[in-house]
Amino acid sequence: MRTIIYILQKEFTQIFRNRIMLPIIFVMPVIQLLILAYAATYDLKNINTWIVDLDQSSASRELIGKFEGSPFFTIKAYSPDFESGEKAMDEGKVDLIIQIPAHLERELTREKSASIGLTVNAINSATAGLANAYTTAIIQDYNKNLITKIIGKQANMPIAIEYSYWFNPELDYKTYMVPGILVLLVTMIGLFLAGMNIVKEKEIGTIEQINVTPITRYQFIAGKLLPFWIIAMIELAFGLAIARLFFAIPVLGSLSLIFGVAAVYMLVVLALGLIISTVSDTMQQSMFVSWFFMVIFILMSGLFTAAESMPEWAQTINIINPIAYFIKIIRMIMLKGSGFRDIYDLFIALVIYAVAALSFAVWRYRKVT
Amino acid sequence: MKQFKGFIIKEFYHIFRDYRTLLILFGMPVAQLLLFGYALTNDIRNADIAILDQAKDEVSQKLTHKILSSGYFNLAQNLDSEADIESAFRKGNIKQVLIFEPGFARKIQTEGSASLQILADASDPNTARILTSYVMGIVSNFQNEELATMKMPVQIRPEVKMLYNAEMKSVYMFVPGVITVLLLLISAMMTSISIAREKEMGTMEVLLVSPLPPIQIVVGKVVPYIILAFVIAMLILFLGNVVFGVPIRGSLVLLMFFSIIYIVLSLSLGVLISSLVDTQQVAMLISMVGLLLPTILLSGFIFPIENMPVILQWIANIIPAKWFIIIMRGVMLKPVGLENLWFETLILLAMIVVFIGISVKKFKVRLE
Repeated sequence: MRTIIYILQKEFTQIFRNRIMLPIIFVMPVIQLLILAYAATYDLKNINTWIVDLDQSSASRELIGKFEGSPFFTIKAYSPDFESGEKAMDEGKVDLIIQIPAHLERELTREKSASIGLTVNAINSATAGLANAYTTAIIQDYNKNLITKIIGKQANMPIAIEYSYWFNPELDYKTYMVPGILVLLVTMIGLFLAGMNIVKEKEIGTIEQINVTPITRYQFIAGKLLPFWIIAMIELAFGLAIARLFFAIPVLGSLSLIFGVAAVYMLVVLALGLIISTVSDTMQQSMFVSWFFMVIFILMSGLFTAAESMPEWAQTINIINPIAYFIKIIRMIMLKGSGFRDIYDLFIALVIYAVAALSFAVWRYRKVT
Repeated sequence: MKQFKGFIIKEFYHIFRDYRTLLILFGMPVAQLLLFGYALTNDIRNADIAILDQAKDEVSQKLTHKILSSGYFNLAQNLDSEADIESAFRKGNIKQVLIFEPGFARKIQTEGSASLQILADASDPNTARILTSYVMGIVSNFQNEELATMKMPVQIRPEVKMLYNAEMKSVYMFVPGVITVLLLLISAMMTSISIAREKEMGTMEVLLVSPLPPIQIVVGKVVPYIILAFVIAMLILFLGNVVFGVPIRGSLVLLMFFSIIYIVLSLSLGVLISSLVDTQQVAMLISMVGLLLPTILLSGFIFPIENMPVILQWIANIIPAKWFIIIMRGVMLKPVGLENLWFETLILLAMIVVFIGISVKKFKVRLE
């Protein structure tokens, strides 16, 4: 036990000897959390719209009025021709062109049906889908008014849909993103620090000195792991405090449960880092590998895109994605108030993962070079 | 000049000697692109839902069948009472609960309207919103087809054209995005590590006392990586085009030209980082922890910048990736030429000048 304490002392001295490390480990992630939580939003506030009205009738003006009145649309310009709208879209100035054909009003009264053209910038398919949904909703609303005007009474749908959003009634993206981004930041710090650690000793040559000491493999790995584990847990506590105080995101479930899960989760991350560190020859290699896995873990975790809609094989890959587990769990506990029984399966999976990864890290580390 | 050539050759030796890093450098973008291209999508399929059918009559069952056969939903659980809803959500997998009120069909007959309640798990707001709109769309079709009581007597129909990406493939978004993120991080990381390593190992001193002027040392460090990063960029473009059918609608030459500018920019960012720090570890932490998430989130790669708060839109302006993504999307997908992109190009060039300017100022010929 005393040996481990000495190793810990050595590691902490080494980490914080470089005075710039303290702000990198603690300040940089916090600033990122504060800023990026606002960036990650699909909330369309501002669909830049170009309107081509070839009809110039009261019907078309009423329809345009609906778009002007909606907070989601910003009308950039009106033009009598489609080409200048398309040019603006090429230049990235607008994302939606609404084209009202000539004789809209006449067709509505004669044929009872008319069509308008919507051209959506679909490079980002997610936002294109949403923009399309918003636009369609406005047109439906207009249709309803039209019918009401014709029949003279409120048009009633046979199936009345009521919907309510649970756990986040205002559809606030920050509530969803802050726990997720926090997990990413804590994971990054843990993985990168652990991934660099042993290989750094290798590169500088100090590993030889450790190898000739009576320290056992287990003590060595424990000594390499604990400092980062402590740092990551402090960082998580920091982040949760910010989520609570600054973003006013409530923690519905139990805080101790979050820390309990995080304790196991960080073991997984750090063990992965140590494995990478033991198999690499140089810090550069180890960093590229950690970075490679980090980007894959982040993008496949379901934080930015829906993990459930990925193909089967991709979801199978997610079995080894620790971030996917933890993001799911932390959201369940924080936002839905899930208890230990609800997360039992995920938690057990994490425990198995931690044991497996740690055993592998210990097994892989040899005291010979 | 001969010395300079020698120096560049030395740098190439450094890179090629470490074949593992080289393998990682080329394997990584390929693996990531293939993985993301096939796995990541923005639309939602097979979302688990639960249904609480208090009516169990013909209409409710027909509608249930219609909703489940749409491919968007997967019935995970039939609930018996409202008391079960909360625990179903807590377990985590259920995204939505649909509730049919008792006497659903009868109410439509006698009262003209019955209620269908959607409860969505909005802890993921995006999924909640999209799934709710799916159900509403299905129900509205169902009303038009099956319950002939309600035909729209008069209506405007939107005819939608998805420009640049008619099939709404998300890989169109990921190819330019992945290139941008990879190039920036690889280039910035590679140079910052390589210079910081010379400092840490003490070999920087050897270089500084050599007859090479400092500027040539830095340029010599950067040139091999420009070539390497350029090959990687072309590889990703090629894969995106051949495997995923992401078109290159604009001029390929222009695309190469912009890639080189962006690579030089990323490398000069790497030089800047390395001129500010002393050890590899710090250089790496800054170029990875500091750059990874801002590049993914503030560049418009996934989340559109227009939707962010105004302050963040300002901050996004200093993210090089933002400008390059505009350029890449423009040239690859739209296509537009230099006449539309000169502003973005100027910004990239200005950033290069600033980064290099600061690094030159900070570059110390002496080591403490």
